[in-house]
Amino acid sequence: MTTMTDPPQADGFRIGQLINDTRYRSYTFQFIALLALIFSFGWLINNAINNPVLQEVGINFGFLQDQAGYDIGQRPIEYNSQSSHLRASIVGAINTLIVAFLACATATVFGVIAGVLRLSNNWIIRKLMSIYVEIFRNIPVLIWIIIIFTVAANVLPQPREYRGEDAAYSPLFGVVAATNRGVYIPRPYFTEGIGAQEPAAVEVDGVSTLVAQEVTSSANWLIVFGVLLASFAIAKGISVWASRQQLTTGIRPKTWYFTAAAWIVPIAVTLWILGLRWEIPTLQGFNFRGGIVLQNPLLALWFALSIYTGAFIAENVRAGILAVSKGQTEAAAALGLRPRRIMSLVVLPQALRVIIPPLISQYLNITKNTSLAIAVGYMDLTGTLGGITLNQTGRALECILLLMAFYLTFSLAISAIMNVYNNSVKLKER
Amino acid sequence: MSDAHAHSVAFVRDSEIPPAPPPAAETGVVKWMRENLFSGVVNTIMTVIGVFIIFYLLSGLIPWIVNGTWEGASIRDCREVLQGNGGGCFAVLRERWAQLLFGFQYPSELYWRPTLAFALLFLAVPPVLFFKLPRWMLVFTALYPFVAFWLIWGGTAITPIFLLLAFVAAFFAFKEGEKRFGFVAGLAIGLVAFAIVAFIGDFVASEEPGWLRITSVPSREMGGFMLNMILGLVCVSLSIPIGIVLALGRQSRLPIVKGFCVVFIEFVRGVPLITLLFVANVVLAYFLPPGTNFDLIVRVIIMITMFSSAYIAEVIRGGLAALPKGQYEAADSLGLDYPQAMRLIILPQALKISIPGIVNVAVGLFKDTTLVSVISMFDLVGMIRGPILSSTAWVGVYWELWAAACVLFFVVCYGISQYSQWLERQLRTDHR
Repeated sequence: MTTMTDPPQADGFRIGQLINDTRYRSYTFQFIALLALIFSFGWLINNAINNPVLQEVGINFGFLQDQAGYDIGQRPIEYNSQSSHLRASIVGAINTLIVAFLACATATVFGVIAGVLRLSNNWIIRKLMSIYVEIFRNIPVLIWIIIIFTVAANVLPQPREYRGEDAAYSPLFGVVAATNRGVYIPRPYFTEGIGAQEPAAVEVDGVSTLVAQEVTSSANWLIVFGVLLASFAIAKGISVWASRQQLTTGIRPKTWYFTAAAWIVPIAVTLWILGLRWEIPTLQGFNFRGGIVLQNPLLALWFALSIYTGAFIAENVRAGILAVSKGQTEAAAALGLRPRRIMSLVVLPQALRVIIPPLISQYLNITKNTSLAIAVGYMDLTGTLGGITLNQTGRALECILLLMAFYLTFSLAISAIMNVYNNSVKLKER
Repeated sequence: MSDAHAHSVAFVRDSEIPPAPPPAAETGVVKWMRENLFSGVVNTIMTVIGVFIIFYLLSGLIPWIVNGTWEGASIRDCREVLQGNGGGCFAVLRERWAQLLFGFQYPSELYWRPTLAFALLFLAVPPVLFFKLPRWMLVFTALYPFVAFWLIWGGTAITPIFLLLAFVAAFFAFKEGEKRFGFVAGLAIGLVAFAIVAFIGDFVASEEPGWLRITSVPSREMGGFMLNMILGLVCVSLSIPIGIVLALGRQSRLPIVKGFCVVFIEFVRGVPLITLLFVANVVLAYFLPPGTNFDLIVRVIIMITMFSSAYIAEVIRGGLAALPKGQYEAADSLGLDYPQAMRLIILPQALKISIPGIVNVAVGLFKDTTLVSVISMFDLVGMIRGPILSSTAWVGVYWELWAAACVLFFVVCYGISQYSQWLERQLRTDHR
């Protein structure tokens, strides 16, 4: 800093230089900071060591192997009340990731639609979207989660209202039933393919009929996923080939029917070979059976998080589109590009550079906000490990450490990916 | 050019046609509607959809508000009055407004005290928000925390008075010390002065506990929207200075300081606030000396302040990074040392850039104070979910209660964000 005013090199080192000489002063400060840090952490840890409660129980992660003894409503993997606390935590973690993924996807859809419509030239739509954004941004997400949960539990019909010839409600398209216990949707399954076949009995009005043999191996889903990946690769290949044609000949060949075929044909054939069937939820007794049930806590959390975060994403999208200067659009039009290609080749790539970083931090916010699940009883990681497991075992310190470690790892991983992406799209300057 | 000339045709107009009014379709409301509502097929369809949505929302909302009843002592009374005409049962707000605002434990004869503290807020905050107000009004802002503390918590006035004196003493000691020995020594002297006066105050308060005493209210009796306001205000005002220090630490060239700040900020930003509140609720006690018995509210304030200071630090770091390097170099070339350069040159500009971001964090934080209901504190959300909706008289009156909560939060948060946008326009010193 102030090199000119530094004292000339003295013959020896004097103690006073530790304070007065800018060359040594930083070492003094760092030494003091280090001492203060060590002292305060030492004090905290010393308190913990001397704490009578901690001294009695110690710090021990062995409780994770104990029997959990509680049930979880939504079980993506095998779990029952005899399973261990560790397994309960894993179920919770998967539930966290499920709702985070679903909410990120729909929040993006809501956000992009609202953000684009806020720039619409239709006055009513524009104002409606501003109202949506302002209302949802300025009211806490916890309130939204609880409101939607309460409304779903109180306003949606009970399953028995679907009963009878002239029922008050009938399932949407005959397959989707929204009740106050959750939304029942059809479940796809395979009748041919890998795995042992188990009879799937469908009971209609007390009469059990064997409709088709279900195979239970999840390898079939891997096959479907693999086929989709292959389709993606083929579609990408077609577009690369078209670009190369355009570069050499100047004419871009029409490829949309190849691309459509690449997406549709392989997956259709695969599903036909595997024998895809749908299990339709049917009303039996007092409740629907069969199909997949999306329970109300999941729905409330999913919908509230996506509509709340969608309002923030809408603002990011709008700012991103406005950040592309009008000259860019006009220049592209002057080059003779069609409006759709102006959007995809000129405006979007530049807008995305502005949109993506805040978008990813919104995804991080969604992931962190899924911990509010505990308010509506959705069993995510905070509900299992930080809720029931903590209360049953009394291992507060260990549970909260693990909980924080999970969220921290996830956030840091996404931040790292985001940094890599940011570096790849940022303006290349010399 | 036409062939019509004076010598070739019989008649040539030699005066201008008076300007005609524009066609009806091109003026006023009609033009506006054609441009903004019906400019094309898609646009017309969107208009129809928009009108339908508005009609649908209003057809539910207007009867609910207009037919709503404010009379009655329970939901059964409401049902009798309403006879199913779609009106709201606002009687619950009339009967439970005090619980919504102050919680269910705050002594009802003392409601005037937090109300007065809230009213004084309108004297204390404007000098900070509006730079055009005379600067001497900042005295109100400086006095406010002590007055509000005394009003809300009660007890003897000696504690807040001596705390105020301690701050004044620390300020003057710091000024004097800085003049003689430099910034760091000044800080140390200020701290010592603060400790001495605070110690004397503690002693006097224990000797004379009855002096100017008003009924004291323990922290656990705070609740309702008041709790949200207290948590929001205290945590934001505490976390701005901490955030500035953290941001400077993160920009620092000293690796130990920088490392600590980076780890702290990234850790706090990586975990959800709820886990930090769990820490405040169950774990923090392990790390304090045995026998210390902080209120839950104090522990929560500590954790929320940690949380928001990390976010504010990131906002301010953005402001610091946005300053051109020339500013730092100019400060150095003037011969200013680090504290002077920061206080006189860097921070005023960096903070100005970061104000909108800080306000955003403040709004977010204020909304996040509702999370304390998860650790069984009875803030506005906790009051509604707990004592009110589970009482036999009002079970099932959820629309009205949640609408009230939404209105309260919306008014505050929307107000703050509008202020932030206004300020952004005021502070824009470029492009003029």
